[in-house]
Amino acid sequence: MIGAAFTITAKDLKERFRDRSAIMLAVVVPLGLAFIMNLTLGPVTEQSFSTGVAVYDADGGPIAVGFGEMLAGIDAAGFVSVTDVATEADARWLVDDHSVSTAYLVPQGLSEAVAANEAAEIVVVADPDQPIGSAVGKALADGFAAEVNAVRLSVATALALGADDPEGLAVAAQESSPTIVLADALTEGRGFDFSSFYATGIAVFFMFFTVQFGVLSIIDERENGTMPRLLVAPISKQSILIGKLLASFLVGVASTVVLWLSTTLLMGAEWGGSLIVIVLIAAGVTAAMGLTAAIATIAKTAEQAGAITAFVVVVFGVLGGTFFPVSRVSGAFSAISRVTPHFWLMEGFRRSSAGEGIVDILPALGAILAFAIILGSIGLIRAQDLVRHQ
Amino acid sequence: MADVVLECSGLRKEYGDLVAVDGVGFSIEAGETYGLLGPNGAGKTTTISIIAGLLDSDGGAAVVSGNEITTKSTAAKAAIGLVPQDIAIYPDLTARENLRFFGKLYDIGGSLNERVDEILDVIELSDRADDQTKEYSGGMKRRLNIGLGLLHKPDLLILDEPTVGVDPQSRNAILENVERLGAEGMAVLYTTHYMEEAERLCDRVGIIDEGVIVAEGTRRELVTLVGERDRLHLEVSGDASTVADAVSAIPDVESCSSAGSELEVVAVSASRALPDVVLSVNDAGLDVLTVQVSEPDLESVFLHLTGKALRE
Ligand SMILES: Nc1ncnc2c1ncn2[C@@H]1O[C@H](COP(=O)(O)OP(=O)(O)OP(=O)(O)O)[C@@H](O)[C@H]1O
Ligand SMILES: [Mg+2]
Repeated sequence: MIGAAFTITAKDLKERFRDRSAIMLAVVVPLGLAFIMNLTLGPVTEQSFSTGVAVYDADGGPIAVGFGEMLAGIDAAGFVSVTDVATEADARWLVDDHSVSTAYLVPQGLSEAVAANEAAEIVVVADPDQPIGSAVGKALADGFAAEVNAVRLSVATALALGADDPEGLAVAAQESSPTIVLADALTEGRGFDFSSFYATGIAVFFMFFTVQFGVLSIIDERENGTMPRLLVAPISKQSILIGKLLASFLVGVASTVVLWLSTTLLMGAEWGGSLIVIVLIAAGVTAAMGLTAAIATIAKTAEQAGAITAFVVVVFGVLGGTFFPVSRVSGAFSAISRVTPHFWLMEGFRRSSAGEGIVDILPALGAILAFAIILGSIGLIRAQDLVRHQ
Repeated sequence: MADVVLECSGLRKEYGDLVAVDGVGFSIEAGETYGLLGPNGAGKTTTISIIAGLLDSDGGAAVVSGNEITTKSTAAKAAIGLVPQDIAIYPDLTARENLRFFGKLYDIGGSLNERVDEILDVIELSDRADDQTKEYSGGMKRRLNIGLGLLHKPDLLILDEPTVGVDPQSRNAILENVERLGAEGMAVLYTTHYMEEAERLCDRVGIIDEGVIVAEGTRRELVTLVGERDRLHLEVSGDASTVADAVSAIPDVESCSSAGSELEVVAVSASRALPDVVLSVNDAGLDVLTVQVSEPDLESVFLHLTGKALRE
């Protein structure tokens, strides 16, 4: 039985290797994309991403100061360079001039409004020609706003309990607040520079495309008419399934490993310790296979299955943060992104890239393995159904 | 008596309300070629899919080389070689790779390379063996499709309409191959809706229509069954009545009548009786001017049994 499964695996690998479009999709396209991302973010040798932001502070109150401090902290970490300007016009001019990707306009009375529990906003002016920089700029402001909301919530709670110094409390709450969301994301992410982020993000995204070929190849056998031949051969159905899934697993792992090695060598991406990276890749590929198998069996033809899978894989890829970091984006989006295996893979890679050990990565790894087991079992049951005559 | 390779009985398959195969049963001995002749949708592919263990039946059993075959069988399936109706090969692999792959699944072992070369020779693809099959012509693909079924020297070779869409030359090569395999002792189950093929290849024919085998036997038995006779129609150089008695006395001849210079002979086998008939005419000092041999074919048998033509 094992012999027959291996024979089928070897045949599938040979077929896959001959199929140029498969190799393109599994290795060449993602690698090219990683390079392009890396180049648009700066010289290949410069490993960390940085974007310029301008701040016009018309408020000067504690909230505005807190915002400035947060930005200063990120500046110190090298991710943004902050320019303080004296007028709103100066701020806008720097954006128009492409000198900065983002300008923050902090309105007068912001701190008071926040303290009084009224609506307040920081205006973010983004440079459309610097999409990534301005996305980062926007994300920083979003993160800060989420943090302020949390602080305000604790102030409101304190008030309800009878405290009489809301301003002092607000400052205290802010100071005692254990983490400031964005600062946290970026300090923890030290080492998860942008070439590493894009290398792993693209690898995770394409992993789900690559493995779908394995499941689709079962449908292909049926469309090729070769499935009846396999079924009349003196081998068990299980060995057909095992052989094909093993091929898919190997292709998924191999192409991700190729991306890992080449982005590490050529782009200076840092994925983390080898053992952890390999475990993450293996678990990720298994989860990806389960997901595609579960989806593919809904479809009647290989073409249909390909279309449905592509849709789900792209949506999950975006939600799961393979295109831009979502690990500390707040709200409903963050809740949704956690139900994608992509999120946990990116979380795992973010931590391993930062040099964290296996213990720190365990929660993410556990989540990925849970996805692998659940999706894998659903996929296995569904895929068994695919191994049939017509 | 030769060994019975395939024995099936009471095979039944339902698709919803449609009974695709309804109590089909027959047996095939080693060295025998059995034809399943029937029109589109008669149930041929369904029947052989059950026999090959591809399809679960709703009744009946198929035993090949002593083992009952179901979709769960594994080792027992090694006795069967299937040539599916639709071409079933890997387009990205070469003919040799296709053959080697299936050869490994059948565990042919050490002699695999030789066996592959042998098959490539038989299907006349040796010179294109290392090209990807997607570059092949339809006929070449058909030939490989057949070669894949022969590879492991099965006891029972099942061919499902292997000549559909094949040019006359390839078709002839295929038929010659099947004839040779039968002669070599393989049991062959051959489905077709071409009655010429059934007549040429098959020792026995089962006529199947709407899932039921309506008649079975050698061509002669079938023809006799429906009351058809072989006929010879001769034109001679004189009064035919002078030879009528002599011709009637020929063992194979059942009856003979004459009208003017024309002679109408009913025989068990027209082609076998013909030389003796010509001799008798010559003995009477007459020459044979024209001869028409009419041997009723399976087409007319089918028409007789089902009231419809074999091909629409
Ligand atoms: N999977 C299926 N689902 C429903 N009906 C089917 C299925 N397979 C076959 N049939 C029906 O069963 C009947 C027999 O089909 P089968 O393919 O066995 O015929 P056949 O004799 O091989 O015909 P052909 O010469 O066209 O190949 C047909 O009426 C066909 O429509
Ligand atoms: Mg058919």
